[in-house]
Amino acid sequence: MKFSLEWLRYFLDTDASVQEIAGALNRIGHEVEGIEDPADKLAGFRVAKVLIAAPHPDADKLQVLSVDTGADINGGDPLTVVCGAPNARAGMKGVLGLPGAVVPANGMELRKSAIRGVESNGMMCSVRELELGDEHDGIIELPEDAPVGTAFADYSDASPVFDVAITPNRPDCMGVLGIARDLAASGLGTLKPLTTEAVEGAGAAPDIRIEDDQGCPAFYARVVRGVTNKASPGWMQRRLNAAGQRPISALVDCTNYLMLAFGRPAHVYDLAKLSGALVARKASEGETIEALNEKAYTLDSTMTVIADETQVHDIGGIMGGEHSGASEGTTDVLLEIAYFDPEAIGVTGRKLGIASDARTRFERGVDPAFLDEGLAILTDLIVKTCGGTPGAVTRAGEPPVERKIVAFDPALTESLGGVEVADSEQRRILEALDFEVGADWQVACPPRRHDIEGPADLVEEIVRIYGLDKVESVPLPRMEGVAKPTASPLQLAERKLRRAAAARGLNEAVTWSFLPVEEAEHFADGAELWVLDNPISEDMKAMRPSLLPGLLTAAKRNADRGADGSRLFEIGRRYFRGSNGASDEKPTLAVVLAGQKTARGWADGKAQGFDAYDAKAEAMALLEAAGAPVDNLMVMGDVGAQFHPGQSATLRLGPKNVLARFGALHPATLKAFDLGGPAVAVEIYLDAIPAKKNASFARPAYAPPALQAITRDFAFLVPVDLAAGDLVRAVRGADKQAVTDARVFDVFAGAGVPEGRKSVAVEVTLQPGEKSFTDAEIKALSDRIVAAAAKQGAELRG
Amino acid sequence: MSTEQDQKVTETLESLHRADNTDAVEAIRIETLGKQGWISQLMKTLGKMSPEERQVEGPRIQGIRARVAEAIEDRKAALEAEELERRLASETLDLTLPAPAQPKGSVHPVSQVMDELAEIFADLGFSVATGPEIEDDWHNFTALNMAETHPARAMHDTFYFPDSDSDGRRMLLRTHTSPVQIRSLVERGAPIRIIAPGRVYRSDSDATHTPMFHQVEGLVIDKGIHLGHLKWTLETFLQAFFERDDIVLRLRPSYFPFTEPSVEVDVGWKDEKGRKVLGGDGDAPGHGWMELLGSGMVNARVIEFAGLDPKEWQGFAWGLGVDRLAMLKYGMDDLRAFFDGDNRWLSHYGFSPFDQPTLSAGVGAKA
Repeated sequence: MKFSLEWLRYFLDTDASVQEIAGALNRIGHEVEGIEDPADKLAGFRVAKVLIAAPHPDADKLQVLSVDTGADINGGDPLTVVCGAPNARAGMKGVLGLPGAVVPANGMELRKSAIRGVESNGMMCSVRELELGDEHDGIIELPEDAPVGTAFADYSDASPVFDVAITPNRPDCMGVLGIARDLAASGLGTLKPLTTEAVEGAGAAPDIRIEDDQGCPAFYARVVRGVTNKASPGWMQRRLNAAGQRPISALVDCTNYLMLAFGRPAHVYDLAKLSGALVARKASEGETIEALNEKAYTLDSTMTVIADETQVHDIGGIMGGEHSGASEGTTDVLLEIAYFDPEAIGVTGRKLGIASDARTRFERGVDPAFLDEGLAILTDLIVKTCGGTPGAVTRAGEPPVERKIVAFDPALTESLGGVEVADSEQRRILEALDFEVGADWQVACPPRRHDIEGPADLVEEIVRIYGLDKVESVPLPRMEGVAKPTASPLQLAERKLRRAAAARGLNEAVTWSFLPVEEAEHFADGAELWVLDNPISEDMKAMRPSLLPGLLTAAKRNADRGADGSRLFEIGRRYFRGSNGASDEKPTLAVVLAGQKTARGWADGKAQGFDAYDAKAEAMALLEAAGAPVDNLMVMGDVGAQFHPGQSATLRLGPKNVLARFGALHPATLKAFDLGGPAVAVEIYLDAIPAKKNASFARPAYAPPALQAITRDFAFLVPVDLAAGDLVRAVRGADKQAVTDARVFDVFAGAGVPEGRKSVAVEVTLQPGEKSFTDAEIKALSDRIVAAAAKQGAELRG
Repeated sequence: MSTEQDQKVTETLESLHRADNTDAVEAIRIETLGKQGWISQLMKTLGKMSPEERQVEGPRIQGIRARVAEAIEDRKAALEAEELERRLASETLDLTLPAPAQPKGSVHPVSQVMDELAEIFADLGFSVATGPEIEDDWHNFTALNMAETHPARAMHDTFYFPDSDSDGRRMLLRTHTSPVQIRSLVERGAPIRIIAPGRVYRSDSDATHTPMFHQVEGLVIDKGIHLGHLKWTLETFLQAFFERDDIVLRLRPSYFPFTEPSVEVDVGWKDEKGRKVLGGDGDAPGHGWMELLGSGMVNARVIEFAGLDPKEWQGFAWGLGVDRLAMLKYGMDDLRAFFDGDNRWLSHYGFSPFDQPTLSAGVGAKA
């Protein structure tokens, strides 16, 4: 909310400087977002008188003016100024910008220049150029008594403007009076007594009534006849302009003034446009209104409206109708001041999508005890600015003015607010804010303070006025001894994984949780996605069922920027449907390796790309870092359509529990992400890794074998589609005691190997127990190994 | 006789000296010490001698053998050394060529800062709590004292799903980490000290706002906790996080539906070469205040919603932008870059895996 210092001083008697006031506003909870002094913008502009206006010798539409600008300029002699305004004429007074002045509206610095061959020493300005309004038909015309040579800032009473953020709980401060009251309570000045004269109406009271007393509990109105709706007076326009409210016409300006000065919205109807009684009722389903913003709205039966016999004239408390708004020709008006239910206003405002100043205030709650006074002030403003004769007031309904009583204990200020404030000072603060404090600390709240719910709110009032800066730091009680570990097993695993992945040369990325629906579908594998109702764009619409699309997109961007390759990982959540309509968010680690693994080099020649084994290496290393039992994992299929069907696998603990998937991506996936070269990926499902049971600090006892192991090599011919892993498992299983390792060291197919077969060479480690193996024992072991391999279709190579 | 033999020894030593490869030395060895070599033959003559003769001839012949054998070994070793030297001279590598490259990975600044937070708050007795990012409107709003019609709801720029859960609660993306307060209190009860870092979402996107960002929530519920404890906790945390003792906070009254009283916290900064560096009194010349976080005493209604008795329990909560903290500490100036996955940015602003924050080393990692 914006207001000028001059307007504040209308309500508050204070000598405080702009900085002091800003400091106080911040201290009491009204954050100052900006201070603007229009005098700064108006530097270099002054009151001037046109002495002579002669036609320009070389341009039809221009005049050459001789302008008196005061004794201190040009030795008191007139300046020559070229001007194109149609209303420029000898004898008038206006505003001249001197060379060096900056035009507020466009930031242009004025300079001495020649215009079509005639020297010009400045510019006569329009209202719009000085940002005083919209008018741009001609230059400003000042009254005859305007003193020539006076700085225009001084002449126009330019006053610094505060821009203050009012929190939603304080609608009472959405008017200058409320802010003045808060400042006075904080000791920054004295609130000036508000003298509202009750306007005695003469003549008939208008015919109004309430049919929706839930939505509109109170509706007061009166008629003023014989008004002239011209421009509002300068003092009012200045205040409205300072508040960022464009002056429109006196009648409209008066209601805006009431709203900005007192936080009290009201409405003025053109009486001539109304027929019959004015009723506050629920709208009929489908009823329409063209509002003052020139948009048509279709209403429903939950919305409160003000209507006459023929049509709706006002969306109650939100926006008036175009049809019956005050216009230039308006002579008789009906003034409405009502109290609308805050919640209902919020619902209607959201449904219609209208954000108006009136809605903002009614939705948060206006002062229900300010109807009569508000109407009197509005009547007074209108009569003084537009003339006319006010009629008697009709009061329909009653506003909820009962004062809420809060049982308060002043000791709470210290126990909750952490600051000791004398009881007498607590009482003073509350009373300065219009609370009534009983001897027994029963506190009656002013009806405008809808935000006060209980004692904690009163503590806030006392502490914010007394000064939050007086709250001293008090250490939290410390647990005894060294701090205990706090991380959960998942947090530990994630931390370990993150640093393991980074140590393996991967860069951690953080990518959006949302994806385009199409990409998400491609990775959903049939799961039902979470799709936003109101995404910020189509690219950010579905919650990710996989971390890979985000990383692939990042890899693509890196490639576009000329990167040779990307090694990215992310630890984050995948979003699925849980039970009872809740979400099921699965902690996941994903890796994408794209582009070059190694650049071309002097040692290896050509650049190398990543392959599925690189993905496997990351998968195994990271699973181990996460504490998975990697020796027991099975390499299986059923990876998902996103991967290359022949170059990818899942890693499982038992047939059902998938811990990870890895491999080369399907060319279709690469194409979808517009990735040129091959890319490989890993996804590890952290929630699938079984927790370690009964882990303790002590390692198992160290018992190296007494005798040295021996190795024997076996070359097998196997069916070409036999998985090496199956062969190795069979070899290991041949003698679980003696065979401690089996390692493939050669795989070969082609010349010398029969069609449909391949050669797989395995180095087997045999560990003797207490005695060395005899030749016969080794022979027997070899036979068992060959027999076990034979069951997989392997034969020893001759 | 012996003169002749001495002559032969001299000749052998000379030819050894002339030998320029190990093969020639080997030939000399065979010629002298081989089975048919003349020294071996000479040794054999010892057997036929009388003991008296042998007593004289034995040492002499043994002496010849030793001299020659030693000379052969010496020559052989010398030639081998020469040969090795020649070979090594041909094996020179150009060590200005690059070694095989080892990729260098990095930890994202958001993760690093979250680890730092966990470390500092663990020392103050706070554990790390989490909650779902796809929330229901009861946890995100209602239980935090924002009823359906509350104007503050509209200020949250909420992302909604068309779905409702089985209790009829509208599903949405959490707009803050505050719902974790409710979930943690319901699950663990009081007393409690937690921080809850994580992703949050607002439908807002411009130069300084992204639709997804990170917050860390803090919550203390206990007996006798007041605003002074809140101030101390935030001061202590910020001093530890920025490793500066001159952090000055300014508390301003504010409004959040879930706290009462509510406090906005500004922190003083100083302009150092065009960069805002935290520290010092914001009112001092050349200094200023920046808004850092929202906080307050947990609203009694929130404590009730969490199933606790607000007459018995009270405490404070705060919410703070993690990305913002990272930017202030480590000097990034563009929030959008956090979520881009640009290799160059990640290498530049990311952290070594070995920069694990610890209290003894200081939680921050210097450049």
